[in-house]
Order: sequence, then C-alpha cells, then structure tokens
Amino acid sequence: MPKPADHIMISVQGLTKQIGSQQILRGVNLEVATGETLVIIGRSGGGKSVLLKHLIGLMTPTSGEVWIEGKQIVGLTERELLPIRKRVGMMFQSGALFDSMTVEENVAFPLRESGERDPKVIAQKVAEALDVVELTGHEKKMPVNISGGMKKRVALARVIVNRPACILYDEPTAGLDPIVSDSIDHLIRRLQKRFGVTSIVVTHDMKSAAYIADKIAYIHEGLIYFYGCPDELFASKDPMIRDFVNGHSGETD
Amino acid sequence: MLFIRFLGSSFLSVFAYLGSLVSLARETAYSLAKAPVRWRLVLRQILEVGYRSQLVVLVTGAFTGAVFGAQTYFQFHRISMETAVGAVVSVSMFRELGPVLTGLMVAGRVGAAMSAEIGTMKVTEQIDALRALGVHPVDYLVVPRVLAMVVSMPLLVAECVGIGILAGMFVVVHLLDVPQVYYVDYMVKFTGARDIKMALTKGFVFGLIVVLIACREGLQAREGAVGVGRATTESVVIGSLVILIVNFFLTMVLNIFYPAGV
Repeated sequence: MPKPADHIMISVQGLTKQIGSQQILRGVNLEVATGETLVIIGRSGGGKSVLLKHLIGLMTPTSGEVWIEGKQIVGLTERELLPIRKRVGMMFQSGALFDSMTVEENVAFPLRESGERDPKVIAQKVAEALDVVELTGHEKKMPVNISGGMKKRVALARVIVNRPACILYDEPTAGLDPIVSDSIDHLIRRLQKRFGVTSIVVTHDMKSAAYIADKIAYIHEGLIYFYGCPDELFASKDPMIRDFVNGHSGETD
Repeated sequence: MLFIRFLGSSFLSVFAYLGSLVSLARETAYSLAKAPVRWRLVLRQILEVGYRSQLVVLVTGAFTGAVFGAQTYFQFHRISMETAVGAVVSVSMFRELGPVLTGLMVAGRVGAAMSAEIGTMKVTEQIDALRALGVHPVDYLVVPRVLAMVVSMPLLVAECVGIGILAGMFVVVHLLDVPQVYYVDYMVKFTGARDIKMALTKGFVFGLIVVLIACREGLQAREGAVGVGRATTESVVIGSLVILIVNFFLTMVLNIFYPAGV
C-alpha cells in the first residue's frame, strides 16, 4: 500500500483485528492530518479502544497497516516503537497511573525517562502540567487517594508534560463532572491551537465531540460507518446515527 | 492414545515455557548491553530482595544447620565418629543445603512479591502505560530486578551457610559435648575454596531462575485479581521446582570443576 501524503500524521489502511474467534476490526481505513482533531464515536464494544491501541503499536493487527509520520509501524519490534511513542502520547481510559508513585512523580516520569535530570526544570514543568489540568496542590498524593476524575487529569498531565506531537485520548471525559469535562474539552482545543497537537479522541460525550472535533468517525461493528465534519453528522438522516447522537435506545415503557 | 496426547501436550507446554523464559533472558541481555541501567531502581530492589530477605534466610539456615548437626551426631555417635560431624555439616551446607534452601525461601518471598507487583501493573494497564510513554518494560522492570537478584543471592547464600555452620557447631559442641577443637579442625580440613565457589555459583544461578520466572509470570498475567493470584502461585511453584531440578544437574556438572572432598 502507498505511503501516505506528507501532511498526514496518522494513516490506517485495511486494519483488521481478530481476538480469539471475535472479529473486532474488519478493515478500518482512516487518515488524520497533522494538527487535526479526529473524534471517534460508536457503541461500547465497537472496537474504538482497540483501534486506538493499534495506533501506537500496543496491539498488533491481524492484517493491515498503520503509518505514523510517514513510517509504517506494523511489524516493528517493541524497541523500534519506543521513539515513535515519544512522539505520540496516549491517555488511558482508566488513567493507568503508576500506583507506587505520587501524583508529582507520575507526571515527572516521562521527563526523567527522556533524560531530564535538573530537578528545577522537572519541578517547573510538572507544576505547569498540573496547573493546566487544575490539580495544583495535590502533588504529594498517591493515586489510590484521589478520585477517578482526578486520576484522569493526572494521566492527562503525564501525557502533555513532554509535549508530544500527537495525543490519543481514550474517553477523556467519561466519569467527570460537567465542569471538569468542559475544561478538558477546552484543554484539547488549546493544545491543538497553541501547539499544533494532533488529537484522536474516543468519546461517548456528544457535546464534547461537537466542540472539539474537526472530523468525526463513527465506528460500527469494526468498520467506519460514517466519516465527516461534525455538522454533517448532526445533519445526518441515517437512523442509526440519529439514535446514537440523540441517545435513543428504541425502547419504550 | 489419550495418554500419548497428554504426554505430547505437556512436553509442548514445557518447551513453550522454556522458550518464553529464554526470550525474556535474551531481551534482558540486550537491554543490559544497549540500554542505560537505572541504578536507583537497582539499589531499591537490592534493598527489597537482598536486605529484607536476610531474616528469613538466616532463620532457615540456622535451624537447618542446628537440626542437621544434631541428626548427624546421633548417627555418627553410634560409630564413635562424632568429631566428623563438623565436616559433614559444613560441606553439605556449602554444596547443597545453603544454596537450595536460600533459593526456595527467596522464590517464596521475593519471587511471589515480584510476580504480584508486575502482574498487578499488567492487569491495571500500568505496563501498557509504560510502553505508551516510550519505556521498555524489560528495561524498567526486569533489568533492575535481575541485577539486584544476582548481586543479592550469592550474599544471601553465604549468610545462610555461615549461620547454618555456626548453629550446627553450637548444638553439637555446646549441647552434645563434642570437643570444639576436633570439630573445627575436621571441618576446616574437609572444607575448601571449591565448596565456597560451588555455593556462590549455585546462588547466582538460582537467583537468575527465580527472577526470570517471577518476571515472566508477572508480565504474562491476565484477567484481573484471579490472574495475578495465579501468576504469583505459579511463580513460587515453578520457581521452587526448577531450583530443585536444576540443582541436581548443577551438582553433577559443578562436581567436575569443583570436585567434593579432594
């Protein structure tokens, strides 16, 4: 398959993934331009998180290709993937904080691992990142002692502290109160505008999708069912998309 | 037919297991050669696996040495050879009991803890988070543990052997009234550098076995709390069995290089 054009940050071609007897992805094609925000929506269990994990090689596809900044990453060894993962950060659904470290140490981790030794620089960058997610004052707490929403925000701080070129968000606002959700939406927009960060956001939150998305992809049963601008999605007459956007299950009492 | 199939599948799974250990060892060797070592983590692990294992190892060594001394005395007393008890206790502690008992205790204490810790990180996506942050799990988790273990184990074995010999001597000389001069004289005469080398070599090998199996089990853990529990159990069981089996072959091979009692 051809190498994608230069302005394409991430390109997925014919991606399939089978786990056991279950076909999770059935041939996904997707392109995300540099600096663009793509929102991926779809029913639970539709393969959104699995797709995201393929984009930085955390999972290996059954077939298909994933290109990041013009480099094909399927088939690379774990060690060859490491430099790519420094460019593309991922925020996990659960936060996946290191539970043996404090909030501060979690956020400082990527800095220390990329060779930063100066404690002043580390402290300053950590303080900045925590300020962005409004968690100043919680530096010394352990992950078990903070709420789920705070964990997500720490995870976000840990991702942005090293300024990756692209960030993958797995349900960044799920389980957060509306105010914090809104501030995270603004943060994603701000990172895009100010630093040109490319974002791929998996979410169920239609309000946040409408606000942050340049493009929206709707995944259904392992395939991209809809791809387009938010306006097109909200104007769509397709019954399945309408039900999803408006949150109708079709059940009546 | 069923029996043959069972035999075949057991063989296959043993080889698959060995394969996974070898590839982990290879990745570890590669990391040691190419990636920077995180010395702070190594020191923390030495504190955890070496320093904090001492009590367990010392108690095991002391009581084994004591009871072994007493039993040997009871037998040797009947043929009036009780002054040779020291030599028997010392050589056995160095060549077999010290390394094996230390290995088993460390597999139980340290191997279990490592599998549980790494396994929990695996099932809570912390390992994936490491990978997503561009850090190889082997560099960050396995290498420091391996280094800490190969440093700590020979020292723990030395402690176990030392206190075992002292405890045996205490029981036989002070409680069972064998003259200390003869006891020590025979002991020193029959114990040599070859026995010390054998103890330390075995300690090194057993340390590697425990840490590689523990890390392998942790990294492969699946399906939540049950998976972590299973990984921990298997780490201890497989680690202990492998130590006992490898010990036999190691004794036969090392006996060529460091022959006993010459």
